[in-house]
Amino acid sequence: MKIKELISALNLTLIGGEKGIENEITGAYTSDLLSDVMGNIHDGNVWITLQTHKNVMAIASLRDASAVILVKGLQPDADMLEKANEEGIPVLGTDLPTFEISGKLYQLIN
Amino acid sequence: MSLTTYRADLHIHSLLSPCGDLEMSPANIVAEACRKGLNIIGITDHNTTRQALLIKQLGEKQGLFVLCGAEVTTREEAHCLSFMPDEASLEIFQHYLDAHLPDIKNDSEQFGFQVCVDKNEQIIYEEERLLISALDQSLEQVEQKVHELGGIFIPAHINRPRFSLISQLGFVPTDLPVDALELSKHTTIEAFKAANAYLADYAFIQNSDAHFVNDIGTVFNLLTLSHRSFEEVRKALRNLQQKNVQK
Repeated sequence: MKIKELISALNLTLIGGEKGIENEITGAYTSDLLSDVMGNIHDGNVWITLQTHKNVMAIASLRDASAVILVKGLQPDADMLEKANEEGIPVLGTDLPTFEISGKLYQLIN
Repeated sequence: MSLTTYRADLHIHSLLSPCGDLEMSPANIVAEACRKGLNIIGITDHNTTRQALLIKQLGEKQGLFVLCGAEVTTREEAHCLSFMPDEASLEIFQHYLDAHLPDIKNDSEQFGFQVCVDKNEQIIYEEERLLISALDQSLEQVEQKVHELGGIFIPAHINRPRFSLISQLGFVPTDLPVDALELSKHTTIEAFKAANAYLADYAFIQNSDAHFVNDIGTVFNLLTLSHRSFEEVRKALRNLQQKNVQK
Protein backbone atom coordinates (compact mmCIF):
# COMPACT_ATOMS: atom_id res chain seq x y z
CA MET A 1 0.00 0.00 0.00
CA LYS A 2 1.29 3.47 -0.80
CA ILE A 3 1.18 6.47 1.52
CA LYS A 4 -1.36 8.24 -0.70
CA GLU A 5 -3.76 5.30 -0.30
CA LEU A 6 -3.19 5.36 3.44
CA ILE A 7 -4.11 9.04 3.56
CA SER A 8 -7.56 8.42 2.09
CA ALA A 9 -8.15 5.12 3.86
CA LEU A 10 -7.52 6.61 7.31
CA ASN A 11 -8.68 10.13 6.61
CA LEU A 12 -5.29 11.66 7.36
CA THR A 13 -4.15 15.20 6.61
CA LEU A 14 -1.09 15.66 4.43
CA ILE A 15 0.89 18.31 6.35
CA GLY A 16 4.17 18.21 4.43
CA GLY A 17 6.72 16.13 2.55
CA GLU A 18 4.37 15.55 -0.40
CA LYS A 19 7.22 14.28 -2.54
CA GLY A 20 7.01 10.98 -0.74
CA ILE A 21 3.35 10.08 -1.15
CA GLU A 22 4.21 7.23 -3.50
CA ASN A 23 6.29 5.60 -0.75
CA GLU A 24 5.46 1.96 -0.18
CA ILE A 25 4.46 0.96 3.38
CA THR A 26 6.13 -2.09 4.93
CA GLY A 27 4.57 -1.84 8.35
CA ALA A 28 4.44 0.65 11.19
CA TYR A 29 6.10 1.47 14.50
CA THR A 30 4.51 3.36 17.37
CA SER A 31 6.85 5.01 19.85
CA ASP A 32 7.68 8.39 21.36
CA LEU A 33 11.19 7.54 22.49
CA LEU A 34 13.64 8.51 19.77
CA SER A 35 16.24 5.99 20.82
CA ASP A 36 13.66 3.23 20.76
CA VAL A 37 12.66 4.13 17.21
CA MET A 38 16.26 4.37 16.09
CA GLY A 39 16.99 0.93 17.33
CA ASN A 40 13.82 -0.81 16.17
CA ILE A 41 11.97 0.76 13.26
CA HIS A 42 12.28 -0.95 9.87
CA ASP A 43 12.80 0.43 6.38
CA GLY A 44 9.54 1.64 4.90
CA ASN A 45 7.67 1.66 8.21
CA VAL A 46 5.23 4.40 9.06
CA TRP A 47 6.21 6.03 12.37
CA ILE A 48 3.33 7.01 14.67
CA THR A 49 4.32 9.57 17.30
CA LEU A 50 3.45 12.68 19.29
CA GLN A 51 6.97 14.13 18.97
CA THR A 52 7.03 17.22 16.78
CA HIS A 53 10.66 18.33 16.59
CA LYS A 54 13.16 18.20 13.75
CA ASN A 55 15.07 15.21 15.05
CA VAL A 56 11.98 13.15 14.24
CA MET A 57 12.71 13.80 10.56
CA ALA A 58 16.44 13.17 11.01
CA ILE A 59 15.63 9.73 12.40
CA ALA A 60 12.87 9.09 9.85
CA SER A 61 15.37 9.88 7.12
CA LEU A 62 18.15 7.83 8.65
CA ARG A 63 15.90 4.82 8.97
CA ASP A 64 14.01 5.29 5.69
CA ALA A 65 10.59 5.58 7.26
CA SER A 66 7.85 5.85 4.63
CA ALA A 67 5.99 8.56 6.59
CA VAL A 68 5.42 10.05 10.03
CA ILE A 69 1.92 10.25 11.51
CA LEU A 70 1.44 12.92 14.20
CA VAL A 71 -1.39 12.07 16.57
CA LYS A 72 -3.98 14.05 18.50
CA GLY A 73 -4.05 16.91 16.02
CA LEU A 74 -0.45 17.86 16.80
CA GLN A 75 1.42 20.01 14.31
CA PRO A 76 5.11 19.71 13.45
CA ASP A 77 7.52 22.40 14.65
CA ALA A 78 8.55 24.74 11.83
CA ASP A 79 11.95 23.09 11.54
CA MET A 80 10.42 19.62 11.47
CA LEU A 81 8.13 20.62 8.61
CA GLU A 82 11.03 22.20 6.75
CA LYS A 83 13.06 19.04 7.07
CA ALA A 84 10.11 16.89 5.97
CA ASN A 85 9.83 18.93 2.80
CA GLU A 86 13.59 18.82 2.23
CA GLU A 87 13.76 15.08 2.72
CA GLY A 88 10.50 14.37 0.91
CA ILE A 89 9.14 12.29 3.80
CA PRO A 90 5.39 12.75 4.31
CA VAL A 91 4.18 14.13 7.64
CA LEU A 92 0.56 13.13 8.12
CA GLY A 93 -1.89 14.31 10.74
CA THR A 94 -4.74 12.66 12.60
CA ASP A 95 -6.96 13.90 15.40
CA LEU A 96 -7.08 10.39 16.83
CA PRO A 97 -5.03 9.40 19.85
CA THR A 98 -2.14 6.98 19.47
CA PHE A 99 -3.97 3.78 20.43
CA GLU A 100 -6.84 4.35 18.01
CA ILE A 101 -4.73 5.31 14.99
CA SER A 102 -2.33 2.44 15.62
CA GLY A 103 -5.26 0.03 15.80
CA LYS A 104 -6.80 1.31 12.59
CA LEU A 105 -3.49 1.23 10.73
CA TYR A 106 -2.80 -2.26 12.00
CA GLN A 107 -6.16 -3.51 10.71
CA LEU A 108 -5.66 -1.79 7.41
CA ILE A 109 -2.30 -3.28 6.53
CA ASN A 110 -2.61 -6.75 8.06
CA MET B 1 37.26 32.43 56.21
CA SER B 2 36.24 34.86 53.50
CA LEU B 3 33.67 33.98 50.93
CA THR B 4 33.57 35.08 47.30
CA THR B 5 30.71 35.08 44.86
CA TYR B 6 31.51 33.49 41.53
CA ARG B 7 29.67 33.46 38.22
CA ALA B 8 29.01 29.90 37.10
CA ASP B 9 27.58 28.59 33.82
CA LEU B 10 27.40 24.84 34.29
CA HIS B 11 25.85 23.67 31.04
CA ILE B 12 28.00 24.19 27.96
CA HIS B 13 28.44 21.93 24.93
CA SER B 14 31.63 21.63 22.93
CA LEU B 15 31.98 20.76 19.25
CA LEU B 16 32.02 17.11 20.28
CA SER B 17 28.25 17.14 20.80
CA PRO B 18 26.66 16.65 17.38
CA CYS B 19 24.49 19.71 17.98
CA GLY B 20 27.50 21.72 19.23
CA ASP B 21 28.71 24.27 16.73
CA LEU B 22 32.14 23.58 15.22
CA GLU B 23 33.33 26.91 16.65
CA MET B 24 32.90 25.49 20.16
CA SER B 25 36.52 24.42 20.42
CA PRO B 26 38.22 24.27 23.83
CA ALA B 27 40.20 27.42 23.07
CA ASN B 28 37.13 29.35 21.97
CA ILE B 29 35.01 28.21 24.91
CA VAL B 30 37.65 29.31 27.41
CA ALA B 31 38.21 32.63 25.64
CA GLU B 32 34.51 33.45 25.51
CA ALA B 33 33.91 32.37 29.10
CA CYS B 34 36.69 34.68 30.27
CA ARG B 35 35.48 37.49 28.03
CA LYS B 36 32.02 37.20 29.60
CA GLY B 37 33.41 37.31 33.12
CA LEU B 38 32.59 33.73 34.05
CA ASN B 39 34.63 32.20 36.87
CA ILE B 40 33.31 28.65 36.71
CA ILE B 41 31.98 26.65 33.75
CA GLY B 42 30.68 23.11 33.32
CA ILE B 43 31.36 21.09 30.17
CA THR B 44 28.43 18.82 29.40
CA ASP B 45 28.55 17.13 26.03
CA HIS B 46 25.93 14.51 25.23
CA ASN B 47 26.91 11.17 26.71
CA THR B 48 30.65 11.88 26.54
CA THR B 49 33.36 13.63 28.52
CA ARG B 50 36.17 13.30 26.01
CA GLN B 51 36.60 16.98 25.26
CA ALA B 52 36.26 18.18 28.84
CA LEU B 53 39.73 17.63 30.29
CA LEU B 54 41.48 19.76 27.67
CA ILE B 55 39.01 22.56 28.35
CA LYS B 56 39.83 22.27 32.05
CA GLN B 57 43.57 22.46 31.34
CA LEU B 58 43.22 25.48 29.06
CA GLY B 59 40.88 27.08 31.55
CA GLU B 60 43.36 26.71 34.38
CA LYS B 61 45.90 28.82 32.48
CA GLN B 62 43.32 31.61 32.23
CA GLY B 63 42.09 31.44 35.80
CA LEU B 64 38.86 29.73 34.78
CA PHE B 65 37.61 26.82 36.88
CA VAL B 66 36.07 24.03 34.79
CA LEU B 67 33.84 21.19 35.93
CA CYS B 68 34.20 18.15 33.67
CA GLY B 69 31.09 16.14 32.94
CA ALA B 70 28.46 15.09 30.46
CA GLU B 71 24.79 15.62 29.74
CA VAL B 72 23.66 12.03 30.07
CA THR B 73 20.53 10.80 28.28
CA THR B 74 18.89 8.14 30.43
CA ARG B 75 16.81 5.29 29.06
CA GLU B 76 13.71 7.40 29.68
CA GLU B 77 15.30 10.08 27.46
CA ALA B 78 15.71 12.50 30.34
CA HIS B 79 18.85 14.63 30.30
CA CYS B 80 20.99 14.85 33.42
CA LEU B 81 24.14 16.89 34.01
CA SER B 82 26.77 14.67 35.59
CA PHE B 83 30.10 16.06 36.83
CA MET B 84 33.13 14.13 38.07
CA PRO B 85 35.44 15.33 40.88
CA ASP B 86 38.78 14.35 39.32
CA GLU B 87 40.56 12.78 36.37
CA ALA B 88 40.41 9.25 37.74
CA SER B 89 36.66 9.30 38.29
CA LEU B 90 36.20 11.03 34.93
CA GLU B 91 37.95 8.15 33.21
CA ILE B 92 35.82 5.56 34.99
CA PHE B 93 32.70 7.51 34.10
CA GLN B 94 33.74 7.70 30.46
CA HIS B 95 34.10 3.90 30.40
CA TYR B 96 30.62 3.66 31.87
CA LEU B 97 29.21 5.92 29.18
CA ASP B 98 31.00 3.97 26.46
CA ALA B 99 29.65 0.70 27.83
CA HIS B 100 26.03 1.86 27.82
CA LEU B 101 25.79 3.93 24.66
CA PRO B 102 24.00 1.90 21.97
CA ASP B 103 25.94 1.02 18.87
CA ILE B 104 23.93 3.29 16.58
CA LYS B 105 26.20 5.10 14.15
CA ASN B 106 26.11 8.85 13.75
CA ASP B 107 25.20 10.39 10.43
CA SER B 108 26.97 13.74 10.42
CA GLU B 109 24.71 15.08 7.69
CA GLN B 110 21.62 14.46 9.78
CA PHE B 111 22.91 15.18 13.26
CA GLY B 112 26.19 17.07 12.99
CA PHE B 113 29.84 16.27 13.54
CA GLN B 114 31.16 14.62 16.66
CA VAL B 115 34.84 15.51 16.82
CA CYS B 116 37.42 16.10 19.52
CA VAL B 117 40.21 18.58 18.92
CA ASP B 118 43.50 19.41 20.57
CA LYS B 119 44.51 22.86 21.82
CA ASN B 120 45.46 23.82 18.24
CA GLU B 121 42.01 22.85 16.98
CA GLN B 122 43.32 19.83 15.09
CA ILE B 123 40.89 16.91 15.04
CA ILE B 124 42.27 14.07 17.11
CA TYR B 125 39.20 11.85 17.47
CA GLU B 126 35.84 11.34 15.85
CA GLU B 127 33.06 9.68 17.81
CA GLU B 128 31.34 7.16 15.54
CA ARG B 129 28.38 6.27 17.70
CA LEU B 130 25.50 8.73 17.83
CA LEU B 131 25.88 10.65 21.08
CA ILE B 132 22.26 11.75 21.35
CA SER B 133 21.07 8.17 21.75
CA ALA B 134 19.73 7.11 25.13
CA LEU B 135 21.97 5.00 27.35
CA ASP B 136 20.60 1.65 28.37
CA GLN B 137 20.60 2.89 31.96
CA SER B 138 17.66 4.20 33.93
CA LEU B 139 17.57 7.52 35.72
CA GLU B 140 18.22 5.76 39.02
CA GLN B 141 21.13 3.78 37.63
CA VAL B 142 22.81 6.91 36.26
CA GLU B 143 22.30 8.80 39.52
CA GLN B 144 23.76 5.90 41.49
CA LYS B 145 26.80 5.70 39.25
CA VAL B 146 27.45 9.43 39.42
CA HIS B 147 27.19 9.55 43.21
CA GLU B 148 29.15 6.33 43.60
CA LEU B 149 32.03 8.11 41.84
CA GLY B 150 31.68 11.16 44.08
CA GLY B 151 30.09 13.21 41.33
CA ILE B 152 27.45 15.91 41.12
CA PHE B 153 24.07 14.97 39.56
CA ILE B 154 21.70 17.65 38.25
CA PRO B 155 18.65 16.75 36.11
CA ALA B 156 18.74 19.18 33.19
CA HIS B 157 16.16 21.80 32.12
CA ILE B 158 13.40 19.99 34.01
CA ASN B 159 10.83 22.57 32.90
CA ARG B 160 11.35 21.97 29.19
CA PRO B 161 8.76 20.10 27.11
CA ARG B 162 11.39 17.64 25.87
CA PHE B 163 14.12 15.45 27.32
CA SER B 164 13.37 16.57 30.85
CA LEU B 165 12.24 14.70 33.96
CA ILE B 166 8.89 16.41 33.71
CA SER B 167 8.37 15.76 30.00
CA GLN B 168 9.43 12.13 30.30
CA LEU B 169 8.03 11.14 33.70
CA GLY B 170 5.41 13.81 34.29
CA PHE B 171 6.99 14.82 37.60
CA VAL B 172 10.25 14.95 39.56
CA PRO B 173 10.62 11.76 41.65
CA THR B 174 11.26 13.13 45.12
CA ASP B 175 13.16 10.03 46.24
CA LEU B 176 15.85 10.65 43.60
CA PRO B 177 18.97 12.10 45.28
CA VAL B 178 19.98 15.18 43.29
CA ASP B 179 22.49 17.94 43.98
CA ALA B 180 20.27 20.52 42.29
CA LEU B 181 17.65 20.83 39.58
CA GLU B 182 18.30 22.84 36.45
CA LEU B 183 15.71 25.08 34.86
CA SER B 184 16.03 26.43 31.34
CA LYS B 185 16.10 30.17 30.75
CA HIS B 186 12.44 30.06 29.64
CA THR B 187 11.19 30.47 33.18
CA THR B 188 12.27 31.99 36.49
CA ILE B 189 13.03 30.03 39.63
CA GLU B 190 10.27 31.88 41.48
CA ALA B 191 7.64 31.21 38.84
CA PHE B 192 8.59 27.56 38.59
CA LYS B 193 8.52 27.03 42.36
CA ALA B 194 5.15 28.77 42.58
CA ALA B 195 3.76 26.37 39.98
CA ASN B 196 5.44 23.31 41.52
CA ALA B 197 5.11 23.67 45.28
CA TYR B 198 6.34 20.14 45.96
CA LEU B 199 9.76 21.21 44.64
CA ALA B 200 10.07 24.40 46.69
CA ASP B 201 12.85 23.00 48.89
CA TYR B 202 15.20 22.00 46.07
CA ALA B 203 18.28 23.92 44.92
CA PHE B 204 17.69 25.39 41.47
CA ILE B 205 20.22 26.59 38.94
CA GLN B 206 19.94 28.01 35.45
CA ASN B 207 22.59 27.79 32.77
CA SER B 208 23.09 28.76 29.15
CA ASP B 209 22.99 25.26 27.58
CA ALA B 210 25.27 26.91 25.05
CA HIS B 211 25.78 25.15 21.73
CA PHE B 212 27.16 28.29 20.09
CA VAL B 213 29.95 30.57 21.28
CA ASN B 214 27.72 33.62 21.65
CA ASP B 215 25.44 31.78 24.08
CA ILE B 216 28.15 31.01 26.63
CA GLY B 217 27.46 32.87 29.86
CA THR B 218 24.17 34.39 28.69
CA VAL B 219 22.71 32.63 31.72
CA PHE B 220 24.74 31.99 34.87
CA ASN B 221 24.46 31.42 38.61
CA LEU B 222 26.05 33.26 41.48
CA LEU B 223 27.68 30.71 43.73
CA THR B 224 29.30 31.73 47.00
CA LEU B 225 32.41 29.70 47.78
CA SER B 226 35.47 30.01 49.99
CA HIS B 227 37.54 28.99 46.96
CA ARG B 228 36.92 27.33 43.64
CA SER B 229 36.98 23.56 43.92
CA PHE B 230 34.66 20.68 43.11
CA GLU B 231 33.76 20.18 46.76
CA GLU B 232 33.07 23.86 47.24
CA VAL B 233 30.68 23.82 44.28
CA ARG B 234 28.89 20.83 45.75
CA LYS B 235 28.67 22.64 49.10
CA ALA B 236 27.35 25.78 47.44
CA LEU B 237 24.56 23.80 45.79
CA ARG B 238 23.73 22.21 49.14
CA ASN B 239 23.63 25.68 50.70
CA LEU B 240 21.18 26.82 48.04
CA GLN B 241 18.94 23.97 49.07
CA GLN B 242 19.32 24.58 52.80
CA LYS B 243 18.43 28.23 52.38
CA ASN B 244 15.05 27.05 51.13
CA VAL B 245 14.47 24.66 53.99
CA GLN B 246 15.29 27.30 56.59
CA LYS B 247 12.44 29.57 55.45
